[in-house]
Amino acid sequence: MAKLTIDDLKRIKEEVRSTTALREGGFRAKVNIHMGTCGIAAGARKLMSVVLKEIEERKIKDVMVTTSGCAGLCSREPMATIEILGKPPVKYCDLDGEKMKEIFVHHVLNGDIVEAYALARGSETTY
Amino acid sequence: MKTYRTHLMVCAGTGCVSCGSLQVRERLETELKNRGLSEEVKVVATGCNGFCAEGPIMVVYPEGIFYKKLTQEDIPFLVEEHLLKGRPVEKFLYTGPMVKEKVPLLKDIPFFEHQVLRALRNRGLIDAESIDEYIARDGYAALSKVLSSMKPEEVIQEVKISGLRGRGGAGFPTGQKWEEGRRYDSFPKFVICNGDEGDPGAFMDRSVLEADPHSVLEGMTICGYAIDAHQGYIYVRAEYPLAIHRLNIAIEKARNYGLLGKDILGSGFDFDIGIYPGAGAFVCGESTALMYSLEGKRGMPRIKPPRSTEAGLWSQPTVLNNVETLANVPPILLNGGPWFASLGTEGSKGTKVFALTGTVANVGLIEVPMGTSLRKIIYDIGGGIPDKHEFKAIQIGGPSGACLPTPLLDIEVDFDSLDEAGAMMGSGGLVVMNDSTCMVDTARFFTDFSVDESCGKCVPCRVGMKVMLNILERIIAGHGTMEDIDLLERLGRHIKSTSHCGLGKSAPNPVLSTIRYFRHEYEAHIQEKKCPALVCTDLIKFQVDPEKCKMCGLCKKACPMEAVTWEKKTPAVINVEKCVRCRSCIQVCKFRAIE
Repeated sequence: MAKLTIDDLKRIKEEVRSTTALREGGFRAKVNIHMGTCGIAAGARKLMSVVLKEIEERKIKDVMVTTSGCAGLCSREPMATIEILGKPPVKYCDLDGEKMKEIFVHHVLNGDIVEAYALARGSETTY
Repeated sequence: MKTYRTHLMVCAGTGCVSCGSLQVRERLETELKNRGLSEEVKVVATGCNGFCAEGPIMVVYPEGIFYKKLTQEDIPFLVEEHLLKGRPVEKFLYTGPMVKEKVPLLKDIPFFEHQVLRALRNRGLIDAESIDEYIARDGYAALSKVLSSMKPEEVIQEVKISGLRGRGGAGFPTGQKWEEGRRYDSFPKFVICNGDEGDPGAFMDRSVLEADPHSVLEGMTICGYAIDAHQGYIYVRAEYPLAIHRLNIAIEKARNYGLLGKDILGSGFDFDIGIYPGAGAFVCGESTALMYSLEGKRGMPRIKPPRSTEAGLWSQPTVLNNVETLANVPPILLNGGPWFASLGTEGSKGTKVFALTGTVANVGLIEVPMGTSLRKIIYDIGGGIPDKHEFKAIQIGGPSGACLPTPLLDIEVDFDSLDEAGAMMGSGGLVVMNDSTCMVDTARFFTDFSVDESCGKCVPCRVGMKVMLNILERIIAGHGTMEDIDLLERLGRHIKSTSHCGLGKSAPNPVLSTIRYFRHEYEAHIQEKKCPALVCTDLIKFQVDPEKCKMCGLCKKACPMEAVTWEKKTPAVINVEKCVRCRSCIQVCKFRAIE
């Protein structure tokens, strides 16, 4: 390994920071992939890898990716819920890798809901 | 760099490792692989998380969910539930000691909520063996700022403004020490990091070295630049194998990156660091004894002056700082002295790391602003005294420190307030004691420690402490007289004023402070021949008081010698002939019926 310069130090910081930022909070958006048995069987794994790949390639630091169980609508899986902080979450259904990518670019990055794939806005009332 | 959706921060500090965290980590890796999650979920081994009482610990990010007391067998279920299906597993969450309620998020747990992390800024957040993750959290940014834009004098000035005082015990102003180290024109000069942490119940330095070794390396390099030294040594106890292992990795990686060695960051400044494992003598934590030990000689303190900054290691100018002091240096240079001084009290700035142990619910490693009250540390962070016991005393500062009673719980902890109370900061061990602790016995324990560890160079410490120990043993055996208390006090004062080094000067503190605050216990031992806490076996009659006895039979079950006779609805009786005075019955009796 060659000796570092001050610029190398800054570069390493930026690079690694983009991968460790999720330990520090401060998220703008949350992508929730539904990974119940039905979701996984219908291909939710593919959605996950598409999202992670996008985040990696674009060096995005403020998007949190989580999983959750079955959303209750097994026939419309794979599903994902996108939540931009401060706005009601939006559920998408019948997804595949291509659609997920489109949603990621339009909704997560630009804030425009992709109505064609959207199922509903808001979440169920829970008590 | 690869992106993961979830990071699992598994604590790999010594505490959690001894509870099996390495096996947990291994099982996690295999389970993630089996489930096809290895590409999405990353497992990171961190240094000490601090909450040692609840180990092995794992924190799941981005949610920040805190799991405690995990075992290998728990892992398959946890991976399936949380990582696959996104459902945090309730049974592994933290439950408060007083209010029985599950707390899922680390930041909401009172133990963490009240802490301010500066020296421990990276604990639980980085892989202790990854230099890149340290760099990502502003690591080596202070060094690059110092080397590229600051003169050595400016560095020293900044440290002086910060008000940082040595965290090893005596609290000497760090900036002043560096200034003196710079002043002498004799080369080579040396920087030493004192990691010879010897106080019983103290593990602050170990945790810093294990969790964040680069912060110490960076602090030392900055010190080297400030005083014009090119070689540093870390003197660390050989009993800390994990700390030494991580330091070795850290030094090697820093050298590979050119952050140690020749021409650091292209600035023309050279600095390198070596590790010296100490053989475990308590006295080698004393700075001059440590330097003799480093030179290969017997570790014994010498007369000062000259101070080490003038003639230290191999009689060359040497600046010696404690691990925690050095870990505080990089953020001071990065954020400025005034930032550091914004926390703390008049005479003591910044934060202090404490090792909280003893009879307190949340045993662990904590960092709080200087000036935090003992009450807050024990009750808010420590979670109070468990098992329906009462608080009795807090031992602060190890064998050089003192036992402080309830009325002093509200003092704001800093160097000066503790000094006033007859205690001292020491390196920061806090041992909480409940009502089942005998203060005379505690004083004997620490005196015994000091007698064992005395280097023998000067008479007051070598002989005086031994005489004090004999008197204490006499009192504990029931042969003490009231004059003994005066004699202890007089001897203690003499030893304090005539001993050679700081360790001897402070060795009588445990005895003097217990006499000052718990004189009635000494008097009970001497006049009534009683040990109120029922610890000193020579003063216990091992008789059951039939009026207090609730006839529960627990003492009979606990007795290994079958010395207790008991039947339902009759008070127990102890057969003194068979009794071996092991105190098992006293420990189980809920009604204090055995005297």
